Amino acid sequence: MTDLTRSVKLGSEDVAEPLPVFAPVVAAERVRPEVSRRMFARLAGGGAVIGALAGLGAVGPAKAELRIDITQGRVDPLPVAIEDFKGAESETTKIGTEVSGIIRANLERSGLFKMIDQAAFVQTDIVFDGVPRFGDWRIINAQALVHGRVSTLGDGQYRIEYRLWDVFGEQYMAGTALTAIPESIRRAAHIISDMIYKRITGEDGYFDTRIVYIAESGPANRRRKQLAIMDQDGANHKFLTDGNTLVLTPRFSPTLQEITYLAYYNNRPRVYIFNLDTGQQEVLGDFPGMTFAPRFSPDGNKVIMSMARNGVTDIYTMDLRTRQVRRLTDTQAIDTSATFSPDAQRVVFNSDRGGSQQLYTMNADGSNVQRISFGDGRYATPVWSPRGDLIAFTRIFGGRFQIGVMRPDGSGERLLTEGFSVEGPSWSPNGRVLIYFKEQPTDRNGQGGGAKLHSIDVTGYNEREVVTPLDASDPAWSPLIR
Amino acid sequence: MRMKFLSVFAAVALLAACETAPDSGANTGNVGNASVTTPAGPTPGSAEDFAVNVGDRVFFGFDQSTLTTEERTVLERQAFWLRQYQNVAVTIEGHADERGTREYNLALGERRASAARDYLVSLGINPGRISTISYGEERPIAVGSNEEAWAQNRVAISVVR
Repeated sequence: MTDLTRSVKLGSEDVAEPLPVFAPVVAAERVRPEVSRRMFARLAGGGAVIGALAGLGAVGPAKAELRIDITQGRVDPLPVAIEDFKGAESETTKIGTEVSGIIRANLERSGLFKMIDQAAFVQTDIVFDGVPRFGDWRIINAQALVHGRVSTLGDGQYRIEYRLWDVFGEQYMAGTALTAIPESIRRAAHIISDMIYKRITGEDGYFDTRIVYIAESGPANRRRKQLAIMDQDGANHKFLTDGNTLVLTPRFSPTLQEITYLAYYNNRPRVYIFNLDTGQQEVLGDFPGMTFAPRFSPDGNKVIMSMARNGVTDIYTMDLRTRQVRRLTDTQAIDTSATFSPDAQRVVFNSDRGGSQQLYTMNADGSNVQRISFGDGRYATPVWSPRGDLIAFTRIFGGRFQIGVMRPDGSGERLLTEGFSVEGPSWSPNGRVLIYFKEQPTDRNGQGGGAKLHSIDVTGYNEREVVTPLDASDPAWSPLIR
Repeated sequence: MRMKFLSVFAAVALLAACETAPDSGANTGNVGNASVTTPAGPTPGSAEDFAVNVGDRVFFGFDQSTLTTEERTVLERQAFWLRQYQNVAVTIEGHADERGTREYNLALGERRASAARDYLVSLGINPGRISTISYGEERPIAVGSNEEAWAQNRVAISVVR
């Protein structure tokens, strides 16, 4: 019953829930997530709510808290009722509908929640500061209920508040007020989605994030490839390059301010850094060969990449502050697609030093190399989960491509999806979802091909397309925006 | 491999023939009998001359970068031609088929271009006249997800600059 006790206090514990500290993505943009002290003060002062909840706690049977255990395999989606957030004017009503729509779509897409049609709602007169009639929500089997409201603050800002209730436990679970300018209303909705997701699953969400990828168009033998960026739900889509130069494999810095990628400017394939704030692009270092396959270190201070020269590809790091270059591998093989472990102590990469492409790990200084993949076929593009517990990879076997995961020691290999071509997994920041690209075969006239982004839960369920305006490849998921 | 090369070679020759003699209906439609050395052929020493009369590309097996005897013969012809035309430089473009991962294929393309470059250098061509670039699987020569197209895309092409 500790959770109920905690909920009764309403403010204090729930307030302690880590709220994203905002760092502007665009200078003009402003979201100031803040807990509404006033709201909780009013609730506490009102007495009725506290009394009601305390009473439930005192007399009600001990109930398990509403919780989705996502450490297990497949879970049945949790039925959730999310009411359109209310507003006093038509403008705020419209925003409320938009915000609740974004939240519903986020939660539904995770595969962990099922939205109950609003037409089925029995109670339609929820008072924001009151307690819902739980019986009305039990009838429609809503396990959780979310309602909210939007109000204007006068200075062009909006206050967006929500409440999350455990219907069968008859408990208040979470609630917060965010302040947003018009341009950041979507972000506020993503932040609320992350809060709801975390409160119910116990794990960080991944909705307030972005995806950078390569947009593809044009004929099969002369594909136009552009850097593109969008929110994880496809909104705010933007092309970052014009497509006149071939670009590949963009990856986020942990601060989200920069992207490292491969570009063929002046017909020289080299690693560049793209600054999202300024739009400036800068070549990284002065290497005698082709540099490619870049990724930032977890602290953002280094880029690990490959250099190919004289038929040999080795792995290097460059310190972005000192510009010092360090060589990590020294073989006659192709060593590439290197990424750091989240603690930056280890590196995983693929190499054909043993004959065919396999996965290896090594210390961050290049010592202690261990082969970790031993299955049939070729293994490539390993990426360490942000949780550290798994490495995702591409496997090529029997003329088919697969995406799988294994533990960092190579044990527990599981394949999640397969196809004619599926490649290049990238983790959501909470280590729950992988995004990758899936390509269809091309016919003799160059028709029918094309790549699209797809995501899948690490359990191997809930595979779905991530819709993009053009064809798409090489997705990279950002860390949580903070 | 030889057959594939010849067919590509012939197709290139036909294309060139069509370009130089657009009204010559006799040259169209019969790839097998296309005359490689037409009297009004490409200018000696030109990029066209190199592609048509020498052979600008060598092919590789799946995930391979070793040169077969046949491919070495092509490079020997290239070296002979490059010795004749000392003012010409080439860029060797390395390519890979789509049946690998993108990053690995960039490395594989580089390895193929380097293999061709190294052989030309061993035949006495000044390495300063040869540059290399890898396009991995990004610029396929032949489109289509079939073995025939893939074989044409596992290639190093010497492009006269």
